[in-house]
Amino acid sequence: MSILTYISGWPLLAALLLVFVPANYRVIIRFVALVATFISMALAICMFWHFKAGQTGFQFEQQVPWVDSLGISYHVGVDGLNVGLILMGAIVGFAAACCSWEIERREKEFYILLLLMTGGILGAFASLDMFFFYFLHELALVPTFIMIGVWGRGERKNYATFQITLYLSIGALLALIGLIALYVQMGAHTFDIPALIKYAQDPHNSLSLKAQNFIFPLLLFGFGILVSLWPFHSWAPLGYGSAPAPTAMLHAGVLKKFGIYGLIRIALPLLPQAAQGYVQIIAWLALGNIIYVGFVAMRQRDLNLLVGNSSVAHMGFIFLGIASLNLIGITGAVLIMVAHGFLAALTFALSGYIFKTTGTLEISELGGLCRKLPFIGTALLMAAMAGCGLPGFANFVGEATVFFGAWSQPALHTATVLAVWGALVIGAVYMTRAIRNVLHGPLPQKFNQLADAANLWRKLPYALLLVSLFLFGCFPKLLTDKIEPDVKPIVTMATQARAGVLPVALNSTPAISN
Amino acid sequence: MNASLMSLEISVLALGLLLMLADLFMPVERRPFLGFAAIAALTALLIASFSGYGSCSISGTAFNGMFVNDALSLFFKRFFIIAAILVLFVAVQFADRIAVGIGEYYSLIVFALAGMLFAASANNFAMLFVAIELITVTFYVLVSFQRGRIASLEAGVKYLILGALSSSFMVYGIALIWGTTGKLNFNELAAVANQYTGEKIFLLGVLLVVVGLGFKIAAFPFQIWAPDVYQGAPTPTTAFLAIGSKAAGFVLLLRVLFVALPVVAAHWVNLLIVMSAITILYGNLCAIPQRNLKRLMGYSSIAHAGYLLLGVAAIAGNVHDATAGGAAILYYLAGYLFTVIASFTVITLVVRKSDTEDISVLAGLYQRSPLLAATMTVAMVSLAGIPPLAGFFGKFLLLKSVVALGAVNQGYYCLVFTALAGVVISLYYYFGVVRAIYFSKDVTDLSPIAVSGSAKICIWLSLAGILWLGIFPNTVLNLAAEAAKVLSS
Repeated sequence: MSILTYISGWPLLAALLLVFVPANYRVIIRFVALVATFISMALAICMFWHFKAGQTGFQFEQQVPWVDSLGISYHVGVDGLNVGLILMGAIVGFAAACCSWEIERREKEFYILLLLMTGGILGAFASLDMFFFYFLHELALVPTFIMIGVWGRGERKNYATFQITLYLSIGALLALIGLIALYVQMGAHTFDIPALIKYAQDPHNSLSLKAQNFIFPLLLFGFGILVSLWPFHSWAPLGYGSAPAPTAMLHAGVLKKFGIYGLIRIALPLLPQAAQGYVQIIAWLALGNIIYVGFVAMRQRDLNLLVGNSSVAHMGFIFLGIASLNLIGITGAVLIMVAHGFLAALTFALSGYIFKTTGTLEISELGGLCRKLPFIGTALLMAAMAGCGLPGFANFVGEATVFFGAWSQPALHTATVLAVWGALVIGAVYMTRAIRNVLHGPLPQKFNQLADAANLWRKLPYALLLVSLFLFGCFPKLLTDKIEPDVKPIVTMATQARAGVLPVALNSTPAISN
Repeated sequence: MNASLMSLEISVLALGLLLMLADLFMPVERRPFLGFAAIAALTALLIASFSGYGSCSISGTAFNGMFVNDALSLFFKRFFIIAAILVLFVAVQFADRIAVGIGEYYSLIVFALAGMLFAASANNFAMLFVAIELITVTFYVLVSFQRGRIASLEAGVKYLILGALSSSFMVYGIALIWGTTGKLNFNELAAVANQYTGEKIFLLGVLLVVVGLGFKIAAFPFQIWAPDVYQGAPTPTTAFLAIGSKAAGFVLLLRVLFVALPVVAAHWVNLLIVMSAITILYGNLCAIPQRNLKRLMGYSSIAHAGYLLLGVAAIAGNVHDATAGGAAILYYLAGYLFTVIASFTVITLVVRKSDTEDISVLAGLYQRSPLLAATMTVAMVSLAGIPPLAGFFGKFLLLKSVVALGAVNQGYYCLVFTALAGVVISLYYYFGVVRAIYFSKDVTDLSPIAVSGSAKICIWLSLAGILWLGIFPNTVLNLAAEAAKVLSS
């Protein structure tokens, strides 16, 4: 069995185990969840370490037929595209389990759902079969709704649950229709992504432009809704604002990346001509994320809503990277996916801690927290700096790469300039303002008794995420060396069809696949 | 003539008669055991159907082609026997609420089963009508079996009137078809149907038959009876109506449309698309405000009839290859069977003490009986179509069969998006039930609910079915695909 099966299998197995543990064995429940996510994280680090960069094809592969008549198989494997994502997901999963000490009622159900979410999304990132890819994501998505509905906070909790359920279900179902349509129209009778890609490389098998133009928007907007693409983003800030911290960490950090991963893994190589047609649209929607949502973030009075909006804004850079449709841009997009996973998890974990100790996240009521909470305050400061793209953190590397990639595409010059402005100015304004109001200034009287993260154990999740941000910020080569060789064939497939627009040219030149 | 083909039906009828006789000679306090006797006998028949002995292993036709044994009928016969076994389990739980005649109740369930078995094999309009009437007439009695309850009687009367009306439509339709073509046998009809596609009287006849069957499956616009009858009928009857009667309607609809009249079916693609879309929307939208659990299930069953019609519409789009659509319908029904039994078992057990069937009786179920709470949750989540449960894979297959035809007829894409809307709407009310179980604010009654051994068997069987169909779809899907080949013309 592949190590990937264990990485996603341990949390799922632990979830099953917890069903049979009585609800009042709190220590055991928490212990099981921590051990399972820790093993999963350790295995993921091990997998990342043993991953050989630059090798063609997938590593740690495993394929077990599931439904023969439809060509569905349990197929997992990693290449440069998902190796970082799985590592990030496993680390965030463990950190989220650590942060779950804040949950005080119905712990058993909470941990079961948390483990389902972790295992499901890790499995989705590992799977190379479209059916399982969707199946496992859905398995991880539904617990999100329940967790927000039950353990969420704030008066607008019910509305937030309703909205996030509606948006994300519609998004997921649209993507499902897109995937089914893709399967049906390709006519290869397989859900296996590598097999489909291989099949599509034969110019006789590639989809007609009409079919592509029908399927691509389904995938773009279906996945886009899941990633909070502007203007379908409004579920995100409110949903994250109302979610319990561990849920927000996992969803904003890991689960949300599923949509972008799906676009890069499936839509770009299989629907290249349609993708080229949509490049401009994606770029302008991405600007909606960066600038519009950035301005919205500026006006927020609640720290969680601000962080939620900024997380939506960051998605814009990823879409811009995809729109650039070249090696540098897409590599940058993958880098941001990993970096933003750590960052979002870190900020939501910190805001969760602040909410837990102070009982509020209204920025106007907070202030001077750095004095009472030196560790948490410093971590928040670092997270905010990473969020505005300070060099040294992984986000800077990703964003800079995306800008280089986008600039090299002449059609995207305006968009790139606007995006850089949005990243440097708007991001910096709301982040630094939030820092000034929350961490500095006079400390309100009522917060004199606040306690910082007391021991090493409590500090661990924050430290873990910060270290990861630093590590990949200072040594991005760890990721880029792995990502680049595997993005290359995707970019080749996505752009080679430029020749395909003129069928004559395509027939006279052999496919550039090898 | 080959009467041995019918040995299964004959055994089931004999079992029904035997139960009635035994009821006469058995002391009152032992009568509930009749239920277990019926379950044991049906289990033996089910095992026989898999073992290669008995009529199920022989395929062929009997009575001049009126009765046919093929892969499709075999699939449905097994389906109906499993459904009857599980419904009998529910009925055993319900026995204390039926004042007199519990033995008759069991035997009526077995008679209805016999009707469904005949329906699975019907290959002739006369046979179809006899099978339908055998089912419907037994259901008239089953629905109004709680003679002391006004609601049950009211449901019985409604079902009787509307059922009789739909039967008369159907018999009229059959008469018109026979009058124009002179054929009743499905295969013979298929051979000549081509010449009659222009004839209005013939088409009217077919339409009236579809109306009669639409009543059985509770498809729009023949769904009016469903919520009232579901609400008033005794819970085991409701469960059997939701699966047995609906599945019988579907097997007959499939045979009439795709074995007998594929030419007409191909002609009526748009009609089927519209019918499916409206049924889905109607069922889901009307389910939103419901507070009565059984009524909610009634509307949800309408919605599910709509999803199943997706498959019918898909076959109609390509009558030469029914494998994808047919297999999807059969698979979906199999998943629906276990889900419905699971939820109605829980309703039976929870509603035992209190008279009301309001959703609020589920409040605190989580503390009263974790097993029942988990079962109801799994059933609702499966009905909503969320992985890794049976409902998801079934919906996936249905959507796939419809999307496959989108390139041919744009109407299919509209249908897919309607189905999507339906699924999203349904999340609201299914999760409403789950919310009532786990997160009700004011819980008054926290007394634990006793779950008897037989109820546990039933619950574990349904849970196993839901999970098995969701996680290991291969076996059943292959059987379903094999069965669906019969429908390709």
